[in-house]
Amino acid sequence: MVTNETKTDSSLVAHLLRRAGFGSDYSQIQEFTKKKYEEIVEDFLNPEIFPEVEDKLISRHYPSLGANKDNQATWNGRWFYRMINTKRPLQEKMALFWHHVLATGWTKSEHTPTMVNHIEMLRKNGLKNFRTILIELSKDPAMIYWLDNNENHSESINENYGREILELFSMGIGNYTEDDIKNAARSFTGWTFTQPLPLYPYGHYESKFIFKENDHDYGEKKFLEKTGPFNGEEIIDIISQQEATARFICRHLYNFFVEDEPQVPAWSITPPKNQFAIDQMVKSWLENDADIKSVMRTLLNSDWFKKSKMNRVKCPAEFIAATLKISGEYRSPDPRLDQLESTSIAMGQKLMDPPSVEGWHTGKEWIDGGTLTERVNYAIGILNDPNKPGVKFIINEIKNDKESHNPKKFVNRMLELVGFIEISENTKSLLIKLAEEDGKLSFRTKKDQEISRNRIMRMLRLIISSMEFQFS
Amino acid sequence: MTTKNKEPVLLVIQLSGGNDFMNTVIPFTSGVYFDNRPLVGIPENKMIPFTENLAFHPCAKSLKNLYDKGKVAIIQGIGYENSSRSHFRAMDIWHTCEPNHVATEGWLAKVIREIDPNSSNPVTAVNFGRGLPRALAAPGVIATSVGDLDNYGLMSEIEKEEEKIEDLEMFKRMYTPALGSGIVMDYLGETGRTVLTGADILAEAPINYSSTIEYSNNPIAKSLRDVARVHFAGLGTRIFYTNHAGYDHHAQEVPNHARLLTELTDAISDFMDDLDEHNASEEITILVFTEFGRRVKDNGSGTDHGSGGGAFIIGENVKGGLYSEYPSLNPSDWLYGEDLQHTIDFRGIYGTILQQWMGIDPHDIIGGDFEQISPFNKTLIR
Repeated sequence: MVTNETKTDSSLVAHLLRRAGFGSDYSQIQEFTKKKYEEIVEDFLNPEIFPEVEDKLISRHYPSLGANKDNQATWNGRWFYRMINTKRPLQEKMALFWHHVLATGWTKSEHTPTMVNHIEMLRKNGLKNFRTILIELSKDPAMIYWLDNNENHSESINENYGREILELFSMGIGNYTEDDIKNAARSFTGWTFTQPLPLYPYGHYESKFIFKENDHDYGEKKFLEKTGPFNGEEIIDIISQQEATARFICRHLYNFFVEDEPQVPAWSITPPKNQFAIDQMVKSWLENDADIKSVMRTLLNSDWFKKSKMNRVKCPAEFIAATLKISGEYRSPDPRLDQLESTSIAMGQKLMDPPSVEGWHTGKEWIDGGTLTERVNYAIGILNDPNKPGVKFIINEIKNDKESHNPKKFVNRMLELVGFIEISENTKSLLIKLAEEDGKLSFRTKKDQEISRNRIMRMLRLIISSMEFQFS
Repeated sequence: MTTKNKEPVLLVIQLSGGNDFMNTVIPFTSGVYFDNRPLVGIPENKMIPFTENLAFHPCAKSLKNLYDKGKVAIIQGIGYENSSRSHFRAMDIWHTCEPNHVATEGWLAKVIREIDPNSSNPVTAVNFGRGLPRALAAPGVIATSVGDLDNYGLMSEIEKEEEKIEDLEMFKRMYTPALGSGIVMDYLGETGRTVLTGADILAEAPINYSSTIEYSNNPIAKSLRDVARVHFAGLGTRIFYTNHAGYDHHAQEVPNHARLLTELTDAISDFMDDLDEHNASEEITILVFTEFGRRVKDNGSGTDHGSGGGAFIIGENVKGGLYSEYPSLNPSDWLYGEDLQHTIDFRGIYGTILQQWMGIDPHDIIGGDFEQISPFNKTLIR
């Protein structure tokens, strides 16, 4: 509802919260509209101003969720808890973004503590300088094991990390030579981790980065037209200054925050959907010395971002978090948190465990008959319950706002209440026709109230099972 | 669509986590077995010998009975070069037949494409479980995934039947996008409508099913009963797929493996009896596979990831017996110095089934020519 206090359009706020966060409920959106759009963006870009989610509470309330440090489901449940409750939405979203791009998985190491630390590293550094992010990544035990840098020795190099840091984490294929890969690998020799104790029978312990001086190749290296006795940090300096790196990472940002691009392997042969947008972000990258916060400021404040509503398919984590935002659940520690992992797996995404170093395929590839069924049935299973706090709220809002009893207004108001969802003309006309068939809502008698409540529930079910609800 | 199905049908049972082949089919005359498995080794007086050198796990009694009837082909030492110890990667390799890079098309999805190139029947392939296994997924290929046959489909969470019917009708209209809505909307719409059609077709299956077989109450038994119900409904399904999870026995292997093998082999045996009761024994061949075998040496509680696993081909038309060779128990032959070395490539077994049972040229599906075996007495291929 438009009031005098409003400074920013609700639907734009809702869009920002879906993209730069994990959605929001109606009241949160209204709260944010009191600020100017650019101020909200600044708040998001400076997460440290706001308190952290106290996810430690979870293990205090429910020791079973904290006791087993090996249990991924517990930790992924905690991550969902953060997505839903964070006061720092963009920080959490950047962690997920980098997890997509710098894809590191549990599967190879089966070592949960290092994966938990890995995600925390992404969370802490996600809006910093890209150089910092790559350095922290290269020193991350989960990544070192994932891409075999612990097997990368001065006397016998293992090229895996040297290759992927260029191909997948920075410049993209076609911008460097096989010799560059070898020399990058040489520069990272000796970057390894303290050997964790064997899993059986001791259980898992954290592992820490160490630099083994006597296993580092100090020789001269030629890398991207430069020559010197480079070490890993110097290689990362050179990588971060490349325009190819700016273009590749900015396209990733565009794909994740603005609009679904083709799958990454096609990028070397398919131009970006919006060259202008990429150019603008690259300019910001180069002017600000690879500062991700600056690039994100450019992105979030741009017209092309503001106009990009509802055109990316939600990934399963976004879908689940958005659904739970509407339901109003999980606002305090909840023993069901560790079940969210299996929900997400059934939709095709296991957090902390992407299918390969190439990350998840995104966009329409999230959807097949099985995953669509899971999505629709999950949303209905959660929201088809008039006693859930968020659903109760929606029913009361409609009931108390006489204008919304008019069928057409009823549909529009429902779309606002589930988070200012934009839907196609086709879907909208179907919903309005349905509402008109049943006439004006009434809450006069007990019987009327029951009928109207059922109509609200039905409209809610249809909106959350629509094609449009699959999008962000 | 409702004619009795006489085309050859394949049922794939995936054992997830890496079944311990060495404890399923035990080389009990080898000292290496007992030396390396002080904890998880099966005592000789408990196992069920079936050749001079090999014995079944004591909980695989049902499998032994089927073996005695000549219906079980044991593929010893199945795997591939440089076997991956990652569950995900290994499973991916089995699903896509592509050991060297990450592929997007599942081997069975390619089979569906051969059988039903125009996607005219959404239940040509049916998976029982949540999500669609990669083996059945490829762009443009339709396969149906059923979590619970008695409560299958969209809107299954809605309790009131009339509400559900009304909502499904609206769903269908909402998932018919206007022309020019773009490829993503078109794709989403088509996917949604296909799920609806598949659900309508499958709704017939539970109605007409009756059987004297009482399956146990566990996930694999339930899945196999669902396979039977859909198969007997004659809906044209040629590929069934299901998953039996929990084989990753790093710890507590002895009790847990015993439970899983009991559930699995009893379920298969009940399923075979059910087929028999419905005169359908000749119509289905079962392939049981897992992503890898386990480490020769136990870790004091269970076994870690290894290689050189085993697979089973089971069915009325199967020529029972041992195929390929048991992996060498000589430590100097072991992969990475600690794992059994495979003796036959899994793609050859896929090829065997496709060519000899399904009547489909396997070359492009499995990515080449691989050594086949001859495990069938007869086939339905005309």
